Amino acid sequence: MAAPITIHLEFGGGAELLFSGVKKHHMTLPSQSQPWDMKQLLVWIQQNLLKERPELFVQGDSVRPGILVLINDADWELLGELDYQLQDKDNIVFISTLHGG
Amino acid sequence: MPVLCSRCAERRAMLKRPKTGHSLCKECFFWAFEEEVHQTIRWGPASGGKDSTVLAHVMKLLNERYSYGLELMLLSVDEGITGYRDDSLETVKRNQQQYELPLKVVSYEELYGWTMDAIVKQVGLKNNCTFCGVFRRQALDRGAIMLKVDKICTGHNADDVAETVLMNILRGDIARLRRCTAISTASEGEGVVPRCKPLKYAYEKEIVLYAYFKRLDYFSTECIYSPNAYRGYARNFLKDLESIRPSVIIDIIHSGENLSVREGVKMPVQGTCSRCGYISSQALCKSCVLLEGLNRGLPKLGIGKHHRLHNKILAQQPFTEKEESKLKPVEF
Ligand SMILES: [Zn+2]
Ligand SMILES: [Zn+2]
Ligand SMILES: [Zn+2]
Repeated sequence: MAAPITIHLEFGGGAELLFSGVKKHHMTLPSQSQPWDMKQLLVWIQQNLLKERPELFVQGDSVRPGILVLINDADWELLGELDYQLQDKDNIVFISTLHGG
Repeated sequence: MPVLCSRCAERRAMLKRPKTGHSLCKECFFWAFEEEVHQTIRWGPASGGKDSTVLAHVMKLLNERYSYGLELMLLSVDEGITGYRDDSLETVKRNQQQYELPLKVVSYEELYGWTMDAIVKQVGLKNNCTFCGVFRRQALDRGAIMLKVDKICTGHNADDVAETVLMNILRGDIARLRRCTAISTASEGEGVVPRCKPLKYAYEKEIVLYAYFKRLDYFSTECIYSPNAYRGYARNFLKDLESIRPSVIIDIIHSGENLSVREGVKMPVQGTCSRCGYISSQALCKSCVLLEGLNRGLPKLGIGKHHRLHNKILAQQPFTEKEESKLKPVEF
């Protein structure tokens, strides 16, 4: 069994509008048999945090193209994207580039 | 296990560049991004775009690094949208203080006598973006003339330009297709200040990460009035393509740049508006026609083709009942 982990989630660039305007979330992910990965985290976010218009956040089993993901400030494309295994105290940031600016 | 920067091979890579596929650390990314903007400009722009914090930041930095000798100013347009613009103007004002650049704000209300809020009340949510786009273009020119600048730099990035190329192809707009990929436009006539797009080759991803890594203060929200649906589809289509093949953005821009128009294709002849002197291929410019429509309570005047009515407007002749009935606002 993998122990529960706490992570820090942040939504920005307009993505926070899908989460009742709340940018920062401090979350505890329950323990499960396998370690948590990004793919499971996205499902969990959809079920537990996402408030509206899920199609603006997810597409298939990944994020919608145009949403940038940073894991501890690094581009997730460098870290295996959906396969990245979450560590305790990880900081995950989702920034939408689809909104005006 | 962290990936090392492919340029300095010393520090940890923090992002993968969509354009090149390189993995770079923050410092090497900042350098590459700034140098590419420097390559894109090379000569003298004069004023910051609307809420383009990254543009203002990079222009100020490069102006110092390379002694361009530019006098930079910020120019911002207040469309008169309650709530939306207030917040973003606050950001512009903070930018002004951070970068110590003079700021000029021009509003639709002072220039046209109409705020976007009032326009939407009359025209509804269907064509409001036409008004917004046409009025903004002219507002920037008028603001730039008030500031006496030689050039307007706008924050259009590679994604925006690719999107515009695609839209102009979909609309068959040959004249705009030719113009939209130019890094810089020469003055097209009286009252039009040359434009340049220093961020034309910069991906949206990199602009957003540049701002994020540098902790730049920027504002993002959707225009509260329904966005241009057609552009939205083009944008989503491009984002989907980009996720499979990141170079697609630059590829589309290159396609646009290398298109040549066959001789003998009729292009609109640019003249000037008989009312305000702004460039126009018709007797009246788009902005004057839209304004005339608003003031007459016939908002559809500027939507679609009603060129035959221009002479009547100029001669201040009344429209026939049949003409009017076509231009009345639809009931909402
Ligand atoms: Zn490096
Ligand atoms: Zn709009
Ligand atoms: Zn005019």
